[in-house]
Amino acid sequence: MTATPGAQRSRLDPEPVPRRDLLGLASLWSTAGALLFGLLGMLRLPKAAVLASPSKKFRVTLPEALASGEAFVPPGRPVSVFRDAEGVYAISSICTHLGCIVKPAQGGFTCPCHGSEFSADGSVTKGPAPLPLSWLKVTASGGQWIVDEGATVPPGTKVNV
Amino acid sequence: MSVATPTPPKDALGSFKENLLQAPRRILGTALRSGKPTTDRTRSSFVFGNVFLHLHSVRTHRWSLRWTTTAGLGIASAAAFFITLATGILLMFYYTPYPETAYQSIKDIHFVVPTGRFIRNIHRWAANVMVVTVILHMARAFYTASYRAPREFNWLIGMGLLVTTLGLSFTGYLLPWDQLAYWAITIGANIAQSPREVTDALHITDYFDPGGLQRLLLLGSDTVGAEALIRFYLLHVMILPLVLVALMSVHFWRIRKDGGLAKPADADARLGPPPGETYPVFTEAPAKTYHLAAIVRGRTPAVGRGPENTVPSMPHLFYAELGVLMLTLFVCLALSLVSDAPLKELANPAAPENPAKAPWYFLGLQELVSFSAFMGGVGIPTIVLIGLGLIPYLDREQAGTGEWFGGPGGWPLVKRSLVIGFCSALVVEGFAIRYGWIREWWLQVPQLVVTVVNPGTVLTAIYGAYSVRLVRRYQSARAGALGLFTCFLCGFLVLTVIGTYFRGPNWVFYWSPAQWPGH
Repeated sequence: MTATPGAQRSRLDPEPVPRRDLLGLASLWSTAGALLFGLLGMLRLPKAAVLASPSKKFRVTLPEALASGEAFVPPGRPVSVFRDAEGVYAISSICTHLGCIVKPAQGGFTCPCHGSEFSADGSVTKGPAPLPLSWLKVTASGGQWIVDEGATVPPGTKVNV
Repeated sequence: MSVATPTPPKDALGSFKENLLQAPRRILGTALRSGKPTTDRTRSSFVFGNVFLHLHSVRTHRWSLRWTTTAGLGIASAAAFFITLATGILLMFYYTPYPETAYQSIKDIHFVVPTGRFIRNIHRWAANVMVVTVILHMARAFYTASYRAPREFNWLIGMGLLVTTLGLSFTGYLLPWDQLAYWAITIGANIAQSPREVTDALHITDYFDPGGLQRLLLLGSDTVGAEALIRFYLLHVMILPLVLVALMSVHFWRIRKDGGLAKPADADARLGPPPGETYPVFTEAPAKTYHLAAIVRGRTPAVGRGPENTVPSMPHLFYAELGVLMLTLFVCLALSLVSDAPLKELANPAAPENPAKAPWYFLGLQELVSFSAFMGGVGIPTIVLIGLGLIPYLDREQAGTGEWFGGPGGWPLVKRSLVIGFCSALVVEGFAIRYGWIREWWLQVPQLVVTVVNPGTVLTAIYGAYSVRLVRRYQSARAGALGLFTCFLCGFLVLTVIGTYFRGPNWVFYWSPAQWPGH
């Protein structure tokens, strides 16, 4: 871009960009490009390829005296394991609202944080929880049961030996 | 310059001794550059010759120094920040951001480190004072219509400061790794994930999951653990303070560049003539105007009229600022002496506190998320922030700038809005507490209906409709903004008080904690 010859330009007008400004433009755009790609690279950093989280699979030995429909909570796990005539099943205790741990109560679960209530099969009966509690995958393993917190199954899935 | 004239040296050793003796005075003189600030001229160079002070202008308008103009709230926020900065650095000597030791290190600070408990209390109280003063400062800027041209963008910077302040408070909340901290962060991280409430309802979470990504970035894992602690620590001691300092510098600098604090057009007339001892800037009225068209737009501001109603910033402004700083420090120290920062049991990922409550300034939000996680935690705050940010760009009026409750409607309108804001918040909350909400009446209601229609959105809609009515009635965007801002302050207050004092185990409403069931 060059100024039109003959045209009077006020010294207050912006100066046209002469061709020899190429180096200036190159430095400007290379800076912008470097910033952009650096930023994109940085965005990749906070998400590790392998997440540091404890194992989601664990073994449970159900007590012989566990009554039908009575919750067994393995120590330190946000899961309730049940046994009835049809088989064994596990329901997650993590509230679908904001992640608090629900407590097994008579005929269902209650959440201490925002008052959500769930029926015995995990479906919402009251409160702000948007989804039913998830049912977790249970497999039999030589008299014990393996519960996988990371795998959900359709509600009503019960497992026999 | 008050440096003594050196006597002619007798020999090299003599002049060496002479210079050595004078060195302390010379160091002070060269540091101050201009001698003691005893005349108006040396007071000026005291300000513009100092990198920290020159964020202030050399002279300050008398209107800005009136107590009722600002109530010192901005300076109090900054003072509270500097107090948290100093105490925070001291706490970092002992705190270790690892789940195994974080709780124990806070206990050490509390029980073993000399003055540790006091320092931690001051840190905690100064953070609370900062949240309060930032909110009040924003209300002051709003009610005096100080956000108007040319200060629009500084209002946006101020909103950035509000968000950063809340972020600093929230990230600090996790660090003790006690029950309070752990469950507040679990809830906070799940609020970040709450866009899933909508994407789940639309069955698109598998393809588009901004909520899950936000939670993952915040926690660095899918549970609240060591990664989350180090991330919150990094945000709390490094990233957010840097952001805050950068925004603060821009905020202060722009005050000066935008012509000082906002004042009414007739401020000079209202103040009356300057007091007799004020030394005039121009000893005779300046007759010429000059034009620097290539450098600045318009004529230079001081031309044609001397800055009659200004006084030197040193000492008038600086001593006032120091006074506010001391008052803030006094409040923080007094509160720290009477009330200890809480520390509950060690975090237990298997059993939440009941009730698990966030810090008090988030309890209004917690009340909203108890109706819908997405709307309460993300939707309504976003609407409020966008609304606040748009205020200076929608209100392009002139009337009432720099005056309390200035603009059409004025104080009577604000009074009416207070009544309406309080009443509608109480009625909506009372209704939801007494009769429940849609899901209690109709169990199979689709989640999207609850997300869109819940007490929080209903209240927001009432406030919005009221404000639109005000705009129409007064034919003024300022009137609508006055109503809306007042209503939202009322709503914030009502929800916060209910969340703080009237919610017990399982987030059930109780008139007093004495009625809570034992557990």
